[in-house]
Order: sequence, then structure tokens, then C-alpha cells
Amino acid sequence: MDNKYLDNIINELKNYDGPEIRLMEVCGTHTAAISENGIPSLLSDKIKLISGPGCPVCVTVTAVIDRLIELSLMENTCVLTFGDLIRVKGTKGSLADAKGDGARVKMVYSPMDSIKLAKENPLMNYVFAAIGFETTTPVYALLIEEAKKLGLKNLKILTSLKTMPEVIRWVVKNGSNIDGFIAPGHVAAVTGGKIFEELSKELQIPFVVSGFEGEQLILTIYALVKMAGKGGYKNLYKSVVSEAGNLQAKEMVEKYFETSDSFWRGIGKIKGSGMTLRPEFMEFDAGSIGLDEDHEPAGCRCASVLVGAISPHECPLFGKKCTPDNAHGACMVSTEGSCYNYFISGR
Amino acid sequence: MKITMAHGSGGESTSRLIEDVFAKYFNNEFLSELSDSAVVPGSSKLAITTDSFVVTPILFPGGDIGRLSVCGTVNDLLMSGAVPKYITCGCILEEGLDMEILEKVIASMAETAKEAGVIVVTGDTKVVEKHSDVSGLIINTSGVGFIPEGQIIPGPSKLEDGDKIIVSGNLGDHHATILGSRMGIENDIRSDNAPLVEMTRKLMDAGLIVHAMRDVTRGGLGTVLNEFVNASKCSIILNETDLPVSASVKDFCGILGLDPMYMGNEGKMVISVSAKDAEKALLLIKESKYGENAKIIGEVKKEKESSDNTNVIVTTKIGGKRVVGPMYGEGLPRIC
Repeated sequence: MDNKYLDNIINELKNYDGPEIRLMEVCGTHTAAISENGIPSLLSDKIKLISGPGCPVCVTVTAVIDRLIELSLMENTCVLTFGDLIRVKGTKGSLADAKGDGARVKMVYSPMDSIKLAKENPLMNYVFAAIGFETTTPVYALLIEEAKKLGLKNLKILTSLKTMPEVIRWVVKNGSNIDGFIAPGHVAAVTGGKIFEELSKELQIPFVVSGFEGEQLILTIYALVKMAGKGGYKNLYKSVVSEAGNLQAKEMVEKYFETSDSFWRGIGKIKGSGMTLRPEFMEFDAGSIGLDEDHEPAGCRCASVLVGAISPHECPLFGKKCTPDNAHGACMVSTEGSCYNYFISGR
Repeated sequence: MKITMAHGSGGESTSRLIEDVFAKYFNNEFLSELSDSAVVPGSSKLAITTDSFVVTPILFPGGDIGRLSVCGTVNDLLMSGAVPKYITCGCILEEGLDMEILEKVIASMAETAKEAGVIVVTGDTKVVEKHSDVSGLIINTSGVGFIPEGQIIPGPSKLEDGDKIIVSGNLGDHHATILGSRMGIENDIRSDNAPLVEMTRKLMDAGLIVHAMRDVTRGGLGTVLNEFVNASKCSIILNETDLPVSASVKDFCGILGLDPMYMGNEGKMVISVSAKDAEKALLLIKESKYGENAKIIGEVKKEKESSDNTNVIVTTKIGGKRVVGPMYGEGLPRIC
């Protein structure tokens, strides 16, 4: 990109002096990329970036963590999970804490690793902690397909799968005063950009689908500033995101999962905001239904941070009792969490 | 042949293992005595360090646990301004370990020791029952180095205003190698495990004013630089575009959500050197073995920006500013 063009845009954003504009990024990877690129330091104080409920670890309710711990302590059972989730606290500590009590918990880098483990150790029952958004769900569908094909009886998933549109509606309807959304590029690559175009029309708020490089985020923010108050939709990540999305991935998800109500940390139930295994594939489910309880640690304000109602700095625990090495809330645990990113990059 | 519990019995099998593997490769006048302790010539001022090595896999692209165990200890001595002289080798072997692998590791240790100019003067082996979390072999090395007469010892509290920060090469290679091996990802990334003898010697011999010097291992550059600013009560301003990271590691990090600033290395160091000596220091490092990708990455400002852990600041590619704190947690890949 022409540097001068970018410099002019950055200059305009730094000197913006109109009415305050509140922009929300709903994707945890965007939250991390905004911090990594030092973007807040390039914007006028009147342009506020607010992190939304797009970090999968952060929106998982404590009942899911508790259930995983329960499973990990069962005989011949091993819980497989991505790294971040290991340190998130349930009502009685985290999976990492449970390891000290003899729990079997193994960190994996891809859900497909669990196929190999289940094949090699037929006497061990494996449960994969299947959390994530539209981006990750197709991989879980592949996992079930493969497990079915191989006839694996010792591999199940515990699902806490979320989808974006309903929670975005919830955020808008519950008074977060958002003037524009940085739409999640990875989610849109799977779902297609169209669902965000539809949301922009329905909610009368602008949506811009964005990539994850610094320049791309600056252009997205610039577009949203220009569109604020007028609504509209733009896809600035066309190299990856089509309007229809990844049809093959969507088909796979459709085959194994169905839309369900889902429970979100600090929000509660949102109708049609999740995915669970279809009834015919429930043999692969490790008890995901009805995990709705949610208990935040005392003083933790993750729930308000998640929906953009307060900034991490407004939580009384932030940076004092709650730091990445001693995280109280999930938003401080995950490298995509708002609190973690505000803390480590000095936002 | 495999390692059995008999190899740790202290009897004939143990003697044969020591003769056939350890003494064979570490052959030198001090060790060959096989006495209870090595008696070696000394110096008036010594640097002493110890380090233990547990890594899975034992053999990885670009190196192995043996090379690693020499480099780690030798580099620790070098960073104190010492000339490394002697190291020890304590091995904890798991029963079932392949003798061929052990031999490969010990041969590699011997070769690395030779390269680094140190002698393995004494050692010990124990055999333990198979343990599921270890991949066959744990090594401990202790090292002794001589501090030359009149040598100024660099330290993290000695940074001065205007100092330039130089890193000796690409970041994250070792970390990416190990993670890639564990995940079965094929790529061309190789561990950087290397003894930094030549570059440190050249800097010392040239009499350059090196205020601080650290090898960049676990915790990565971000953690080391935070130790510097906290100890010296100053700030460091880095330029993101100057941070050396290979294209392969950059891609690897992009996929897994890792930050090279917090990735471990086993053959890299960072120095804080007075501005007037910076170009010369850079040249000396670049001319040394393992230093070809060295870069000046930033500079020291004596005034502190604010509270602890917020004084290492990166100017990003697009001109933004972000704080680089020390590493928190385990540097785990993020999901989604």
C-alpha cells in the first residue's frame, strides 16, 4: 500500500474531532491484532475501540469448566483442550488446578490430534473440549466424521459452541451504544460476509469485514468512522471472505450440528446463539446439554467487559488482584481476552 | 540395545556404559581418570553455573539435547564475561532408551564442547524406570569459567542513556522447531542452539563498552528487556521493523498466534552497548559464527515512562506504540 495514503488516513484519524465514535471488534483475534499493532495510540481520543464477546474462552460459562474437571477426574478419562482453557477457573478452580489432584488433562494444538490419541490408546476415553465460534466448528465436524469412519468409541466432545449474529443483536439491544462493528474476518470466511450485511440493515449500524494486518485494521476503522450514523456494509477482506462463505465447511457443520440456545458468561441464555450435536450423533457428546450455571469470581467484572459496557480498567481487580499470572476472570486468561490484551500492551 | 535398570546398578553394566559411551566421547586427561572428582587447574576469579535440560523430542532439527546442554551452560558463563573452561555431565537415563540415541547425544555433546572450547571433566549417570512425561533422557550440566584479569562484568542494571540494543540474530527458531516437531508440522525451521563463544570474545577483546549482555532463552526477548529496564530504571524503545525474524518463523507464529518476542532461543544474545561503539559491535557480531543476522533493534532512554513492566515500547510497522511486558503464563498458542 502507498505509505503516503496510509499516513494521510492515520493523520485524519488522529485529528478526528467530531462526536465520539464507539467501534466494537467482536473477534478475539482482532482484539489481539489491535494491541499488537498499537492501533489505539494512532487514534483520536474521540474514537473508542471496544472489545466484544468474541473470545471463545472468555464467553464459556463456569458449568462447562466444572463439567470438564469432573470428566478429567473420572477413571480412564482424559480431557483434551487448547491451551488457554486450561487456566480458566470454574467454581472450584481450573483444569490446571485439577491436574494437581490427579486429573488427566492434555493440551493439544489441533482437535484432529485427538483422533491419533484415541486410536493409539483404546482403553482411555478422550473428551475434547469443543469451544469456539463459527471458525472452529467445522473442524469439530471433521473430527466427528473421522471418529465415525474409524468406529472410535473412546472419543467424545463436550461442546460450548457459539455463533456471532445473535450475540451481536444482544449487545446492540442492551445499550452498549456501538456506532460500528469491525466484523470478524475469520468467522466471515466461513459464514460469508452476507450475514453481516443483513445485520447492518436490520440494526442500522455499519459493519465492515476486516483482515488482521495493521493496515487493514486502520482502513476498516477509517471506513467505519466515515459510515458512522449512516449504516452500511463493506467487505475489506475480499481476498479471504466471499459473500457466500465456505460452502463445504458450512455443509459439514450442517451435517453434524444444529442451532441451539446457548449460555454466555455474564449474559445468560441467548436464543439460537449456539450449536450442539444433532440428536443422531449424541453418542459423541460428553454431556453438554444443560450446562447453564455461571459464577463469576468475587469482584470480577468480565461479564460487563465482554459486552463493552465497561473498559477493563474500570474493573476493580484489573492489574491489581487480577493479572495474567494470577487471572481471576477468563478475559485475563486468554491471549484473545480484552483484559489480557489491555494489560500486556498497556492500552 | 536399550538402556535397562542394570545400567544404573553401579556394577559391571554401569562401568561398561561409562567406558563405551561417556569416556569414549569425552576422552580427556581429567575425565579419563574416572576418579570421584576432577582435579583441574584454576584461576583467581571463577564463574560457576548449572542448568538442567528436559526436552521432547531429544533429537530435533538442527540439534539435540546434548548440544543444547553444552550451549546452555557455556552461554550462561559467557554472559558473565567468563571464558568457559570445564563442564560436568549428569545424565538421568530412562530404562528403554535406545543406546544408539544415547550415543548420538553424547557424541554431539562432545563435538559441541570441542567447538565451545570446554572440557567435560566429570560426570554421573543414573537409570530410572520409564516415566510417561519424559522422553528418555535428562541432562544436567554445570560449568566453570575463568574471568580474565580486569574484565568488566556486564549486568542488567548498567544500561545507560542512548545505549543501542543489539540482538545477535533471528528470534524464535528454537521454540518454533520444538513446537513444530511436537505437532508434526513439516517446515524448514531449525533450532539455533549454538555456543556464542566467538562473538562474545570478539566484543570483549575489542574493549567495547558493553553495559549488559544476556542470552535470550525461555521467556524470549520481551522478558529479558523488561529485566534490563526494571534493573536500570530506564525505558527501551524498539523498532518493530528491525526485529529479526525469519519468514518461516513469522508464518509459523501467524498460524499459531505466537509472538516471537516471547519465544525461546538457544543461540541468541542481546546486548546494550554505548552508542559510540554500537556500529563496531554490530559488525563484530555479524562477522562471528552464528551472528550473521544481528541487528540494532532499539535504544535506551534513561527516563522511565511509567510503572514497572511498561517501559519496553515497540514502535509498530504502522507507527503505533505498544508496550511489551514480560512474558506471562506459558506462551500458549491461542485458538480460533
